[in-house]
Amino acid sequence: MSAISVSATEVARWAVAPRRVAIAGMCLAALGFWLVLPPVELRSVVWPIVLGGLGAVAGAWAGSVGERKLGWGAVVVAGLCVLLGYGATRSSVAHLDGAFLTSSGPGVVDWGVMIGSMFVFATPIAYASIAGLFSERSGVINIGLEGMMLSGCFFGILGADKLNSWPLGLLTAMVSGAVLGLVHAFLAIHMRADQIVGGTAINFLALGVTGYFFIQVYGDNGTPGTGIPTIPDVNLRFLNHIPPKRSGDPSFWYQAFGHLNLMIWALFVLLVVVGIFMFRTSLGLRLRAVGEHPRAADTVGIDVYRTRYAAVIVSGIVASLGGAYLAIGYTHSFTENMTNGRGFIGLAALIFGNWRPGGAFAAALLFGFFLGLATRVQQYGYETQVLVQALPYVVTLIAVAGVIGRSIPPASVGRPYVRQ
Amino acid sequence: MSDLEPQELQGRQPEAPEPVHGGDYAPSVAARLELAQRAGGIVMPLVTTVFALLMGMVVVAATGHNPFTAFKGIFNGTGLNWFFPWVLGQERADAAFNLQQTLIVTSTLILTGLAVSFAFKCGLFNIGGQGQYIVGALVSTWVGTSWAHMASGLHIFIAVALATVAGAAWAAIAGFLKATVGAHEVITTIMLNFVASYVAQALVGRGGQLQNDVDRSNPVSSDIVDKAHLPVFWGDPILQGLHVGFFIALAMPVVFWLVLNRTTLGYEVRATGFNPEAARYGGVNVRRSYIMAMAISGSFAGLAGAIDILGWQFRLGVLDIQIVNIGFIGIAVALLGRNSAIGVPLAALLFGALTQGTSTRNPAIQDVFDPRLAGNLSTIIQALVLLFVGSDLLFLYLWQLRRKARRFGRRSPPVAQEPAA
Repeated sequence: MSAISVSATEVARWAVAPRRVAIAGMCLAALGFWLVLPPVELRSVVWPIVLGGLGAVAGAWAGSVGERKLGWGAVVVAGLCVLLGYGATRSSVAHLDGAFLTSSGPGVVDWGVMIGSMFVFATPIAYASIAGLFSERSGVINIGLEGMMLSGCFFGILGADKLNSWPLGLLTAMVSGAVLGLVHAFLAIHMRADQIVGGTAINFLALGVTGYFFIQVYGDNGTPGTGIPTIPDVNLRFLNHIPPKRSGDPSFWYQAFGHLNLMIWALFVLLVVVGIFMFRTSLGLRLRAVGEHPRAADTVGIDVYRTRYAAVIVSGIVASLGGAYLAIGYTHSFTENMTNGRGFIGLAALIFGNWRPGGAFAAALLFGFFLGLATRVQQYGYETQVLVQALPYVVTLIAVAGVIGRSIPPASVGRPYVRQ
Repeated sequence: MSDLEPQELQGRQPEAPEPVHGGDYAPSVAARLELAQRAGGIVMPLVTTVFALLMGMVVVAATGHNPFTAFKGIFNGTGLNWFFPWVLGQERADAAFNLQQTLIVTSTLILTGLAVSFAFKCGLFNIGGQGQYIVGALVSTWVGTSWAHMASGLHIFIAVALATVAGAAWAAIAGFLKATVGAHEVITTIMLNFVASYVAQALVGRGGQLQNDVDRSNPVSSDIVDKAHLPVFWGDPILQGLHVGFFIALAMPVVFWLVLNRTTLGYEVRATGFNPEAARYGGVNVRRSYIMAMAISGSFAGLAGAIDILGWQFRLGVLDIQIVNIGFIGIAVALLGRNSAIGVPLAALLFGALTQGTSTRNPAIQDVFDPRLAGNLSTIIQALVLLFVGSDLLFLYLWQLRRKARRFGRRSPPVAQEPAA
């Protein structure tokens, strides 16, 4: 057979490969959902149901044939698409694309704004998951991410306020994160404590210390609304001239990327750096070796304790950066327990992303998208909003349950190492 | 007592046990705590507590407050001064009221502490007490607000039983995932906490199914019907007296001990906790142990939610769900109480007193110390307790040093005399 004339059976075999069927199923379901959204806006629930159903059938077939990961993933995606599509057809057109209606503000589906808010919500989660990556790849479970982040929030804003400069605020946040990282490392490495106990202690400690000193320093009035130096946004005005653009509105690209905070761009850089460090440098290899098989690493002369200490301290620093973004980059204030579980979502993103920086970032974006969506569906009632917020956790549960592929942690994560 | 401990310690070195199948063996939580318990007995938790309280005083002093008046205010707020015979009159009435509040919190903490402890005995870390507590509270709210014409005793029984079952089922999800696909229970229970919290908020929040029928603007559930309230046996029922849930909570450590030590299930759970591989080899159905241990764990936490709702809260609000941390404090209770049927209630009393003494409802503290500072101080003290529990090896090491020093001191005179002779 020459390359030009391909037989019909080969085409069929290529097309019916379970993997492709599953992907096609996902695309069908997504298409069904997309059809009821602006700009097409079919007002019938038939399309998402029919296309979603087809997608689910395709996914189930692929899953039963052996493509478990993508197949059952497609079924889940299809289910979500049908649900969301149903919700979209039930709501009024004005709600969906209120971008034209200046009186009621932008609608739920304005893709530019949605992508922008996705980045805003995903950034702290992504910092937390990168932080978790360092710690867990070196073999130390870090449940304390939440606390390290919270201390980054408070000490970030305290430093920025008292030293009157946001870089110094970032620095104080990093120092606080490093100290908590050191405590966790000491417990996990030298004390050989159960790492969950240590992490829980870190969470309690950060909650108590930040709350105590917040009241002590700021008292009844809370952080001052003005006067605290904040991390600037990066304004890219030229994006506003790139189509697609409706007259009067900012362009899609400007809405999505035009005014992201400096810390979000720093995150993009950090992701690349961490990816290269972890998988392309000898230091990264050592870190991973310590997490996979510390005895072997020790045998070839890697100092397991020192590596783990460094990894956990870096973990604390990165997590506190995420907290600092939240406090002096986004909300410009501090309230008690303001991280509100973001560190745990970061941990979930790390697991969902299979302990890889790219995967963790993608998961963080997904979770950020849901959290952004939750703030935008308030007009459908409190119930909808809250249930959309719960989705990331359900997705993570499904992910760790192994329905959508198995997440495989580093082999020695959670195990203390005893030098011989 | 102090003579026994070093001997115990000598027999069991704090080093990790022999490596199992080549890798580095990490002792399970249950095994570690068993070790710590034998090594330090009741002394370690006491030392831990005293250290944590002292460091709390240091924090108070370092931030420019008087630690003694602050801690006196906290202590009087716990109502434990009721036991002093010289406290009389109005002061005594206040103390009685405060003590009732302390014991209400203690009851719940005993149960959430047992929820963590039981899972520990199976080598599982149940972080999900919080979610199981919320599920229990939610179900008891649902039962308590419906069927207004049911007989009082039956209504309470059904509410408590269903809440317990719901907590068990919620925790069993994590146990099932651990048993079937090996998903780490810490991760799954954390996720289940959030799911429980959001689902409960959706149900009692504005527009939710269980939201108050009368006042639709207020994000709380309807009130529990009067007949479903737990009877109050000490204090004024209107002023939140101590309800009979206290006795339920006191009975549970006994149940906990009986199930663990006098049933086949308990034996299998403990065997699994010490070494799952060995247990499996010995014929224990390890998967069943995981699921059952989580379910029993969750039933304690679900019960805690029920007695809080039926005992004093009488309604569930979005704000309650957002700020409650009873389930998390349960972790500290279990770790400080060394997972024992006696230790957990004592630790629960400590943390219950701490929670009540530092709460904004404590009038004794208002004048001397900002109650919001006090609330955070109690979180710091809890954190320190956890940190010290985590550093048990350090304490064991210090014990050993002391032993060595003593032995050296005993031996040193002849050594010193030899050159002279």
